[in-house]
Amino acid sequence: MLSYLIKRLIALVPVLLGLTVIVFAIMALIPGDPATAILGSFATPENVEKLNRDLGLDKPQVQQYLIWLGNLLQGDLGRSYSLNRPVLDEVLERFSATLILAGAALLLCTIWGLLIGIWTAARQYGWTDKILTFVVLIGISVPSFWLGLLLILLFAVELRWLPASGMFAIYGGGDLPDLLRHLILPALTLSVVATGVIARLTRSAMLEVLRQDFIRTARAKGVSETRVLYGHAFKAALVSIIPVIGVQAGFVLGGAVYIETVFQWPGVGRMLVQAISTRDILLVQGGVIVVAASYVLFNLLADLSQSWLDPRVKA
Amino acid sequence: MVTLKLILRNRLAAFGGIVLLAVCCVALLAPLLPLADPDITDPVNRLKRPFSDGALLGTDHLGRDLLSRLIWGTRLSLAVGIAAALIAAFIGSAIGIVAGFYGGRIDDLTMRGIDMLMAFPYILLALAIVAVLGPGLLNALYAVAVVNIPFFARNIRGVTVSIAHREFVDAARLSGMGRLRIIWSEILPNVLPVIVIAMSTTIGWMILETAGLSFLGLGSQPPQADLGSMLGEGRKLLINAPHASIVPGVMIFVIVMSVNLLGDGVRDALDPRLRAGALSRPAAATRVERPSPPAAGKTDALLQVVDLQTEFQVGPRTYKAVGGVDFEVAPGECLGLIGESGSGKSVTALSLLGLVASPPGVIAGGAVRLDGEDTLSMNGEALRRVRGGRVAYVFQDPLATLHPLYRVGDQMVEAIRSHRPLSRQEAWNHSVALLEKVRIPNAAARAKAYPHELSGGMRQRVGIALALVNDPDLVIADEPTTALDVTVQAQVLALLDELRRERNMALIFITHDFGVVAQLCDRVAVMYAGRIVETGPTEEVLAAPRHPYTRRLIACVPELGGGRRALSAIPGLPPPVDALPAGCAFAPRCDKAQNACRQGEVVLQSCGMRAVRCLFPEGATP
Repeated sequence: MLSYLIKRLIALVPVLLGLTVIVFAIMALIPGDPATAILGSFATPENVEKLNRDLGLDKPQVQQYLIWLGNLLQGDLGRSYSLNRPVLDEVLERFSATLILAGAALLLCTIWGLLIGIWTAARQYGWTDKILTFVVLIGISVPSFWLGLLLILLFAVELRWLPASGMFAIYGGGDLPDLLRHLILPALTLSVVATGVIARLTRSAMLEVLRQDFIRTARAKGVSETRVLYGHAFKAALVSIIPVIGVQAGFVLGGAVYIETVFQWPGVGRMLVQAISTRDILLVQGGVIVVAASYVLFNLLADLSQSWLDPRVKA
Repeated sequence: MVTLKLILRNRLAAFGGIVLLAVCCVALLAPLLPLADPDITDPVNRLKRPFSDGALLGTDHLGRDLLSRLIWGTRLSLAVGIAAALIAAFIGSAIGIVAGFYGGRIDDLTMRGIDMLMAFPYILLALAIVAVLGPGLLNALYAVAVVNIPFFARNIRGVTVSIAHREFVDAARLSGMGRLRIIWSEILPNVLPVIVIAMSTTIGWMILETAGLSFLGLGSQPPQADLGSMLGEGRKLLINAPHASIVPGVMIFVIVMSVNLLGDGVRDALDPRLRAGALSRPAAATRVERPSPPAAGKTDALLQVVDLQTEFQVGPRTYKAVGGVDFEVAPGECLGLIGESGSGKSVTALSLLGLVASPPGVIAGGAVRLDGEDTLSMNGEALRRVRGGRVAYVFQDPLATLHPLYRVGDQMVEAIRSHRPLSRQEAWNHSVALLEKVRIPNAAARAKAYPHELSGGMRQRVGIALALVNDPDLVIADEPTTALDVTVQAQVLALLDELRRERNMALIFITHDFGVVAQLCDRVAVMYAGRIVETGPTEEVLAAPRHPYTRRLIACVPELGGGRRALSAIPGLPPPVDALPAGCAFAPRCDKAQNACRQGEVVLQSCGMRAVRCLFPEGATP
């Protein structure tokens, strides 16, 4: 296990390096003069020249990248123009809010997705299966940003049960119950699509496994049907479900962009949208790198739990 | 039944298709429809509710007609989504085909790059691209197209690799065709359907994503409006005028939902496994649909099988895999059940405790009495107690029949604890003892191994030990040695024989090898096309077979105890069990067949210990 972990960690290095190359390349591909693009067409020539120097844009690209990477490794992602503070500080602050939201959503979609998937597989072609399968398809098709608005209308405007936006109440908030109240709607909205995807995959993976010979063996042993379903079949199905949960982590992290905008959640997604409209390229760069890196790490976690579950993976 | 379900599913797909078509038509015909100008503002009539005069869906914050804006917005969203899908499909497929066809370095490098792109949460990648290009509908389109390229590249590469070395491609290569021409004339036509399917499954997402970018204000810019930006504008007035955001959202939802319905339906219809009903889940016990169990006969046998009939119902066809089988097994006796593959011997064995996968399997008649009690009428719990308790199975190919993710010891412990109130430790010790009993060296350590870590022979021993854990009265062994090489096979057989004698347990041994039967079994029952054609004490049957089929089967084994032999010496094939001929099923292959053999039912005629289902048995004067 340890050697496998080390192997996986080493394999992570090129992926993370590739990530930085792609992010750097995208930013370097800004058409025309980057400084003008950043500052807009009304920028004075002096400002443009100063920015070019500040960004090191007068040097060759490879050198620029190496300098940028060196700074990155020291935790220096540059300084945000629009906010006038170090990018890393801002990104990390925002990212913690995103992690809370995405984590809650991922928890929700995993639990619900697995439950619905197993439930429908166990009752294949029954009426609960048909209804739930249809509901799941609705969940996959619904635009999350619109669903968020509907939920706000219902639960915040009409029923007044839950707050419509933000992470904490402005007055008198700040404790955990307050956070949870604010978290319910956005986390629920964010989890809907991923729940659908996981539920569908769980259903088909369970059906696939339930036809395997070792399920017949379990029944021939006299194992109870509950254990056949939840012990034998689910455990084997989980091996193919875990990577999908890993992929869903990416959808949830990305989808947070919409949800944070709808619910004004102070996360990194909303920060990115704002940074794009203010052309704060360094902030965009920093946000993308941190989120992408966390996604890579999450997938590593998924891989590791898969190999922990399936002894054949390491072999 | 299965077709009915598929039609039902496809009805949903058809519904999705019709809705989608209608939406597309309205969007296409937008310039011809009597709509208000979507961009003309009318501040006096702002934020009118839906269904008010002159504005069916109401107006937005600038007094613009929402219905008109909705239709024009749909037009734009559809156009952008489809364009993005086309671009992504074209570039992605091109990359996939080139990588898959050329292979080697090119393949490695491009796929590394693609994997790298896939390491991003892809909405994030789209954002980064828009950040660079600047907000705008066209840029949003590019961004969505680019982030979907890896999906196409991966899928199409996979398909290309699988056909790049097929015969017709090799033939084209040998005929001196250029690579580009091969790609164009041989690869592309075969890959195209996959591209279309991939497109149909992703186009909904792409419409959703471009709408999302517009919603964030990064896509279409005013006054141009697609569904996403309408939603984005409506959101600012959510509380005063909820209709302004509900209306465009409903449209996005309708489009994406109908695309998904259509895509699912098409995919299901194309999936051969679904058509064959193969993705239906087998129930805990085989369905029993018999008129009424036959009356119990007087017997002191441990197991009495009477007129057992098992069918597979696949679509309109019914395969009579077991067509009325009778036999008995006395305590401690070994019965060999022999026949070609497809003769129904395994299905017979699995039917005894309702282990035939159902659907499609159905037990259509007969009774299986264990000490007089019919297992086919047992409820779930009673059946569970018998399974692995009094009657245990040993299956062929333990790599597939043992759970791959549990240690073999744990699988044995589970079998024990399903029947007896032992502690985990006691059960574990018992398991290790049994593993030693079946001569697994270093059993305590091997108990902690996973099935894939053991050799084939070891796994088979584990399978036998697993069957023995609860001291069964009857073990049903379904070709347990077929996957093993001859020396290991002999060891396993000797082991089974020894265990049987030592524990006085009955054994039903299923095989296609007369050599094995001779070595192990007291009695033998020969099966052909789902029925027993001859039965009797092993030595007698071997010495003087009565049924022509038995005779020819024995003739296939030149030397007893030899390896398995193909039945090529018997010309022809067994009849399909969904269309059995009248009379004797073996008649078409039998060199002694006469007209009488092809009509009417041929019964199993007993004579002392022996029975044969033949009008003109061997050794009798015709």
